[in-house]
Amino acid sequence: MHLLVFIKQVPDASQVRVNYNTGTLIREGVPAIINPFDKHAIEEAVRIKEKFSGTVSVITMGPPMAESSLKEALSMGVDNAYLLSDRVFAGSDTLATSYALWAGAKKIIEEKGDVDIFLSGKQAIDGDTAQTGPGIATRFDIPLVTYAIAIKDIDLKKRTIEIVRLIESGAETIETTFPCFITVEEEINKIRYAPLPYLIRAARATIKILNTKNTKIDSSKCGLKNSPTKVKKAFTPQKRERGEMINKGSMQDTLNFLYENIESTLKDMGKI
Amino acid sequence: MKRKDFDVIIVGAGPSGLAAGFVLAKAGVNTIIIERGKFPGSKNVMGGIFYTKAMDDLIPEFYKEAPVERHIIEQNLWFMDDVSHLGVSFKSQKYNSEPFNSFSVFRAKFDRWFAKKVEQMGALIINETVVTQPIVEGGKVVGVKTDRPDGDLYADVVIGADGVNSFLAKQLGLRNKIKPNIVALAVKEVIGLDKEKINDRFQLRSDKEGAAYEMTGPFLDGMEGMAWLYTNSSSISIGVGVVIQDLIEHKTNPNDLLEKIKAHPSVAPLIEGGQTKEYLAHMIPEGGYYATPKLFTDGFLTTGDAIMFVNNVNREGSNLAIESGKLAAKTYLEAKQTGDFSSKSLSRYQDKIRKSFACKDLSMYKNMPKLLEEKRYFLTKYPQFFIDFVYDWFSVDGVSKPDKIKKAKKEFGDKFGYVNFAKDLYAIWRYMIR
Ligand SMILES: Cc1cc2nc3c(=O)[nH]c(=O)nc-3n(C[C@H](O)[C@H](O)[C@H](O)COP(=O)(O)OP(=O)(O)OC[C@H]3O[C@@H](n4cnc5c(N)ncnc54)[C@H](O)[C@@H]3O)c2cc1C
Ligand SMILES: Cc1cc2nc3c(=O)[nH]c(=O)nc-3n(C[C@H](O)[C@H](O)[C@H](O)COP(=O)(O)OP(=O)(O)OC[C@H]3O[C@@H](n4cnc5c(N)ncnc54)[C@H](O)[C@@H]3O)c2cc1C
Repeated sequence: MHLLVFIKQVPDASQVRVNYNTGTLIREGVPAIINPFDKHAIEEAVRIKEKFSGTVSVITMGPPMAESSLKEALSMGVDNAYLLSDRVFAGSDTLATSYALWAGAKKIIEEKGDVDIFLSGKQAIDGDTAQTGPGIATRFDIPLVTYAIAIKDIDLKKRTIEIVRLIESGAETIETTFPCFITVEEEINKIRYAPLPYLIRAARATIKILNTKNTKIDSSKCGLKNSPTKVKKAFTPQKRERGEMINKGSMQDTLNFLYENIESTLKDMGKI
Repeated sequence: MKRKDFDVIIVGAGPSGLAAGFVLAKAGVNTIIIERGKFPGSKNVMGGIFYTKAMDDLIPEFYKEAPVERHIIEQNLWFMDDVSHLGVSFKSQKYNSEPFNSFSVFRAKFDRWFAKKVEQMGALIINETVVTQPIVEGGKVVGVKTDRPDGDLYADVVIGADGVNSFLAKQLGLRNKIKPNIVALAVKEVIGLDKEKINDRFQLRSDKEGAAYEMTGPFLDGMEGMAWLYTNSSSISIGVGVVIQDLIEHKTNPNDLLEKIKAHPSVAPLIEGGQTKEYLAHMIPEGGYYATPKLFTDGFLTTGDAIMFVNNVNREGSNLAIESGKLAAKTYLEAKQTGDFSSKSLSRYQDKIRKSFACKDLSMYKNMPKLLEEKRYFLTKYPQFFIDFVYDWFSVDGVSKPDKIKKAKKEFGDKFGYVNFAKDLYAIWRYMIR
């Protein structure tokens, strides 16, 4: 079985701060990490491989520094890592990104054979659109299962897979056929502490670079110029002040306090 | 057949482990380095003064490529009381020429760069993995256990380059528990400051030139310790290290001591307006020559801070770590020729260490910890006397200079006694040449 995981390198959101004067993110000195959802996609792929045997490939589109994320993926048990990196990709929106990743995936298929399951995170913690995975699946014209929280069953003979996915009212179980595309939630698994042999193999592995020279990619579909999404305006939501904590001892006293003060407070705020 | 995954396993990717790895990999030895930090240097957020020689021998002109801050052209030694300092200063244009005597560096950046070089030579570096214990079979070290699943590794030789707390040397019974009187606790801060301000305040002519200060004396309240300050490109490193025993006895917190130094009238203007960027506390082995544990056993060598190969008097540690790492690697290469990795064969390491310049230095200073423990007033009363004398000498207060000398002579006699002073001079002399 061949599994291909799409991963994105993102700034560690827990360490990004906003410059409230300029409204921009302070990215300086913020470490880059694998998008947390994508780590679960890698883990799931490796688990499936361990159970059914096969190989796991991983691809990211990004600048050369994204190599560190690929190294980390390798140390989690991934077999092949590809960095899709070229100046023409700069400024790509989700449409252009999913086009480039699709082209990159086709190159990997050429090298390593057909892919049975494609995996990605449900969304990136910086872009947050959740469009990239679906964009790639659409280009491949294969079944897409989003927000997966469990893989219940895989039947290699029938080439089917049963997936539990989150929906607004709960969860549903879906059966589909290979090849398919799955985007995953964090609940799908717990990331294990990788065994030492994986780390040793990762340290030895080399990362393959894909670009417009060695991969069939139409440059006129990439980059800022060819991205229909236009950022019209960016603004920073106002910093929310911490609310006042009201605790008057007992529940009754607290309620009495609220009852007595709510009207005047709302008036002060100009709400009534 | 006996299991063997690598020729050599090195525990710890500090300067000593990396240097050993560099030499081994260069010689084609199948080498793995295991580091518990996220990357080499990550556990070492701060910087230091790095003497170039040992590294320049390994990678000629490394400083042209490595992340270094400033090369040091001025050294100062200050004896301070609470309101004054009496100093010796040496600045020379000779320090402005390659290969430069020393640099200020940030270890997190520097070690990471060094690690890249070691990887390029062909050694494997595995991060975020803790070695939990040596694997000993038939009295011989044959590998290590790590905290990872499937985490055992086997090799001909294990090199313990795991730093001052060396867990491996302890588990193998090569060293005793470290006593608090031979370990210092150091606290350090990095204070961000504009390049131009640093150049002005320290009278440096470019962003590449740097200055270093060592400070000791009565302001440490009779404790054995040393404070230091030096310039990075756009920050100042400042810190103080005090023997742990003294901190306990004086019930002093090293943080308070550092605050006191930062507020000292001679120091405060140098760092004024700066922003504290990083803070760190760490142990430094102070034991010197006598504290050196056993350096080897069957299938095992140990290097750097783990063997207390640190010369605190001259602030040398990382360069000596590199030196010992190189010697350990050379010992392996010699032993490999006969395939004998027994304790007897590896004992060549001890000879190499003994013959090294560093060991001769350590030997020269070997009685210093004891001397300072016995004669603590070397750091307190003597400097205080000279500070007071110099103050008096430069003060124009109606007393003639000859009278000042007369008064000082008498005071000195009363305070210390000339016979005692002669004895102390003799003690220092004896300790220096022995
Ligand atoms: C006009 C415009 C210009 C832009 N310019 C740039 C730019 O110069 N540089 C830049 O980095 N971003 C740029 N972006 C953002 C970029 O388009 C998105 O980050 C990217 O398309 C992914 O979308 P997302 O972050 O919403 O990811 P989502 O769609 O939320 O991600 C879902 C999943 O898709 C996969 N995935 C997403 N991105 C990648 C990737 N790059 N490689 C592999 N897998 C991936 C991951 O598995 C992820 O969990 C730009 C966006 C716009 C609108
Ligand atoms: C505050 C302070 C200031 C100093 N200033 C200077 C200075 O200005 N100039 C100078 O030359 N020297 C200085 N030194 C000394 C210098 O830092 C050391 O001598 C040098 O780092 C020793 O190198 P090493 O490789 O032996 O050990 P370390 O640099 O301590 O490296 C040991 C490595 O082993 C790893 N490790 C430990 N145990 C395990 C384990 N069980 N499994 C896996 N990995 C493990 C650690 O994470 C670490 O990376 C200073 C030290 C301190 C504390």
